[in-house]
Amino acid sequence: MARAPVRISMPDEAKKGEIVDIKAILRHPMETGYRVDNVGKKIPRNIVTDMTVTYGGVEVMRWKLQPGVAANPFIGFSTVAIETGELVFTWTDDTGQVFRESRMLTVT
Amino acid sequence: MQCSRFLVSGFCGVAGLMGVLLPVLAADQTVRPGSFYMSKNLQALQADDIANPGMLWVSDGESLWKQPVGRTQKSCASCHDAADVTMKGVAARYPAVDAESGELFNLEKRINTCRTRHQGAEALAYETDELLALTAYVAHQSRGERVKVHIDGPAAPFYEAGRKRFYTRVGQLNLSCAQCHEANAGRRLRGDTISDGVGSGWPAYRLEWQTLGSLHRRLRACSLGVRARQFDFGSPEYLSLELYLAKRAEGVRVEAPAVRR
Ligand code: HEC
Ligand code: HEC
Repeated sequence: MARAPVRISMPDEAKKGEIVDIKAILRHPMETGYRVDNVGKKIPRNIVTDMTVTYGGVEVMRWKLQPGVAANPFIGFSTVAIETGELVFTWTDDTGQVFRESRMLTVT
Repeated sequence: MQCSRFLVSGFCGVAGLMGVLLPVLAADQTVRPGSFYMSKNLQALQADDIANPGMLWVSDGESLWKQPVGRTQKSCASCHDAADVTMKGVAARYPAVDAESGELFNLEKRINTCRTRHQGAEALAYETDELLALTAYVAHQSRGERVKVHIDGPAAPFYEAGRKRFYTRVGQLNLSCAQCHEANAGRRLRGDTISDGVGSGWPAYRLEWQTLGSLHRRLRACSLGVRARQFDFGSPEYLSLELYLAKRAEGVRVEAPAVRR
C-alpha cells in the first residue's frame, strides 16, 4: 500500500509579511529501542532523529527528536512569507532513510 | 505495583473501585460520545485534522479507494464514485443486516464483502493497515452524522443478543459492560475516565497502542480487562454487542477517527 510519509497543512498563498502557520505529522513508529518483541528479542531503536524545513533554500525550522517522542510525531511552527518559494521538509531516521516532501508557497 | 491497564493483570484496582461503588448507583442515563470524557488535550488532538494521527489512515483509505484490485480490477470508486457523497451517513447506520446473507455486518465486514463479492479479491484481516484505512476512510465520511441503526425485523435477534450480553456479568472480575459503562460512567478507573461505551469514534487512534485500532480490538481489551473470554475479531458476539452499543448511542455523532488514551 502506498502510504504517504507525512501530512502537511499550510496555505498555498500568503501576503508578503504575513505569518504562515505550518503543521506536519510524520508517519513513523518511533521505536524506542527499549521494547522487546513477543519472543523476548530487543526491537532495535528506530526513531526520527532530525527534521529540517527550508524555505527558498534557507533553514526556517530544525527539530531534534528524542526516543520519548510518541509514534507519528507532530510539529507545528510558523514562518514569515517573504517571497514565492518552495518549503522543503527533510527528515531522517535511525535506519539512515532520508524522507523529503515539498510544498510551494506563493507570496502576493 | 506497576499497573498497565488492560494487560494480563486486567483492570488494576477494579476490585477496589467496585467495592466502594456497590451497591451500583443509578447513574445519569444520557449517552455521550467518548470524546466527552477525554481530556481537553485529547479533544483538541482529535479535532485537529493534521495533528490527529488517525487521519494518516484516512489519507491511506482515500488512495486505496481508487486502487483497482482483485480479479475484476475494479476499485471501490468504480462502483461507489466519490466517497464524500456515496458514503456519507453510512457508518451512522451500521452495523446492519446484509440482505443477501441475512448476517449482521459492521463496516469492516461490509468492506470485506465488497472485496470478495464484488471485486474478486481476498478479505483483509482485522487490524491490517489496509482494512483500518478503508474503514476509517468510510467512517470519516459520516463525521458529525447522528448514529441511527435499525433493530427491527431481521436485526431484532442480533439486537436482543447484544443487549443480553451487555448486561451479563463475565470473567474472573464478574462484571458486565453495564456495570462500568452505565453505572460508573464519568468515574475514574486508574488513569481512565469510564465513558458511556459508545462505538462512534472507532476505528480510533489509541495512544497506548500507538496506532489506529478497530472497535473489536477495544472490546477485546475490555473483555481481557475483566479477565473474561476474548472473542475473535468480527465474531458474532462482538457484532451483536456493536449493534446494541449503536442503538444505545442513538443520536450521538460519529467522530471517527477518534483519539483515545
Ligand atoms: C471494568 C470496567 C469495564 C468493563 C466491565 C467494560 N469496559 Fe469498556 N472500557 C473501560 C474503560 C476504562 C475504557 C476506556 C475509557 C473509556 O472510553 O470508557 C473502555 C472503553 C470502551 C469503549 C470505547 C469507548 C470510546 O468512546 O472510545 C467501548 C465501546 C467499550 N469500552 C465497550 C465495552 C463493552 C461492550 C463491554 C462489555 C463487553 C465493556 N466495555 C466492559 C472499562 C470497562
Ligand atoms: C462491483 C461493484 C462494487 C465494488 C467494486 C465495491 N462495492 Fe461496495 N457495494 C456494492 C454493492 C452492490 C453494495 C450493496 C450491498 C451488496 O449488494 O453487496 C455495496 C455496499 C457497500 C457499502 C454499504 C453501503 C450502504 O449504504 O450500506 C459500503 C460501505 C461499501 N460498499 C464499501 C466499499 C468499499 C470500501 C469498496 C472497495 C474496497 C467497495 N465497496 C467496492 C458494490 C461494490
